[in-house]
Amino acid sequence: MPTRIQKEARPDTMLLNMGPSHPAMHGTIRIMLELDGERILNSEVEVGYLHRGFEKTCEHRTYFNLLPYTDRLNYVSPLINNLGYVMTVEKMLGVVVPERAQHIRVLMSELSRISDHLTCLAAMAMECGAFTVFLYKMKAREFIWDVIEQTTGARMTTSYIRIGGVRADLHTDFDVVLKKAVAETRGVLKDVHGLLDKNKIFLNRTRDVAVMSPEDAVAYGWTGPCLRSTGVLYDVRKAFPYLIYDRLNWDVPLGERGDNFDRYLVRMREMEQSLRIVEQAAARIPKTSPALTAGGIEPSAAIRDSRRRRVREAVALSPNLEGSEEYRYPDILASDKGYVVPPKEETYTSIEGLINHFKFFMRGHGIRPPKGDVYFAVEGGNGELGFYIVSDGTDRPYRLHLRAPCFHIVAALEQLIRGRYVADVIPTFGSMNMIGGELDR
Amino acid sequence: MEEKDVLERLRERFPAEIKEITRSLGDEAAVIDKAALLPIVTFLKQKPEDYAMLLDLTCVDYRGEKPRFEMVYHLFSLTGRARLRIKVRLDENDLWIASLTPLWKNAHWLEREVYDLFGVHFEGHPDLRRIFMWEGFEGHPLRKDYPLRRSQPLIRLKD
Repeated sequence: MPTRIQKEARPDTMLLNMGPSHPAMHGTIRIMLELDGERILNSEVEVGYLHRGFEKTCEHRTYFNLLPYTDRLNYVSPLINNLGYVMTVEKMLGVVVPERAQHIRVLMSELSRISDHLTCLAAMAMECGAFTVFLYKMKAREFIWDVIEQTTGARMTTSYIRIGGVRADLHTDFDVVLKKAVAETRGVLKDVHGLLDKNKIFLNRTRDVAVMSPEDAVAYGWTGPCLRSTGVLYDVRKAFPYLIYDRLNWDVPLGERGDNFDRYLVRMREMEQSLRIVEQAAARIPKTSPALTAGGIEPSAAIRDSRRRRVREAVALSPNLEGSEEYRYPDILASDKGYVVPPKEETYTSIEGLINHFKFFMRGHGIRPPKGDVYFAVEGGNGELGFYIVSDGTDRPYRLHLRAPCFHIVAALEQLIRGRYVADVIPTFGSMNMIGGELDR
Repeated sequence: MEEKDVLERLRERFPAEIKEITRSLGDEAAVIDKAALLPIVTFLKQKPEDYAMLLDLTCVDYRGEKPRFEMVYHLFSLTGRARLRIKVRLDENDLWIASLTPLWKNAHWLEREVYDLFGVHFEGHPDLRRIFMWEGFEGHPLRKDYPLRRSQPLIRLKD
């Protein structure tokens, strides 16, 4: 079936496909170019290769069950997706999240933002030929992901931020690992500034290439670093402060020209601000629960004893559940019984705990927000990541819609590359940070 | 508070077209008449209201209700730092609405998405095609009567 561009193309021009499986098209996206020599006269962007019916699937899952699907949206910053979804549901339920959990959420979402920006700029620099930058940034990302892995137990598919709080408390070594990651990332950022900021090759390919005016950026619904690179001040964390962002001291970096280089520079500066936020949040994090006590009685022994008496000692849990022991619950999860998974110690050792557990997971029970619709947005790696949820009072959402920031950004690609050369597509596309999982849903 | 003032001003300006102002879970929305969509959003986009950004545009299928579909628009004002929700109910037999492409550029893709997944037609859209699904795909997958597990492989799977 001929596409629009095939029908409209002039007979003396050449049509060229970039993608869907082109090494520079990270994620699968197809750009059809109508070329006059090297110059792009027209183009057509085709998305949808990664469409997997996220919204439809979520309508058939319970509020608790669908959390892992949100990991797969923006797969380089899954924790922010978790946060966006969870906070939307919390807005419906009116849950109050403990202070410590709020600090952990801020820490995790800023670390994710850094890893998101690092990945974007690493790929962009590599495609412009700066392979050293790519390796440096990947190295920094590994240190960031060490922190995330130690806290959440996973590198990408975290599902860590839960309705009412977070899944587990921080590891005892958290401060050490975090300090190392922050120091390493700072070093890498300094090196990358040195490598790219005055690099003639990089400047030639990014400076004044694909310039976006502030008016057009707003008309396209751009948000996040791409909007701020055009000089428009809008950051969800400042405009609609959530968690503890309004109590921390940080700035919103702005660009001036809205070209590829500004998009690069805004992301670099944002990472520095994120590191500031991380340091402040880590220093202020409150703690009320007692220090980690190793050990406790074996679960099998606890179950055996529970037949004769009520077990009141700490139960040694499997390493997978480390950090979510019952005594930590006041720190990490809300106190409303109906909204959070009951502690495993109770589930395994008391009949009430077991009933609570079943009531939480049984079909038709569990989390049932009141009827109505709600929109809530957090600042994702690419911009305003909004969830619109319609609840009909049952345990699964009637409709769940994601406002994907990069959908709006990629929609402007055709305009940005019109009249440019083929080689300009690569840095332009790289600076947009298109993420297939989020774009195609 | 800002949002409430806007809705009140809107009601004064368009008394007949605003059907109701709903309030749910702390969010407020104006349900408006289908024919009044363009005048109302044009009024909102201009100063002094200045809702310059179309944040989001989607649809909800209330199967079994009449009218069946509901378009949901989220506008955002950069100067006022406020979001606004506008809803329009659409009947199944008369499933079209004015396109917002003359006002906002991102409406182009957003409306293609709603057309693809719900089958709503947008009057005045320059290039209304499917965006996620392929040409020739049957039905609209986000409608409630589209089965979750129905598969329509573009390339035949091996038996």
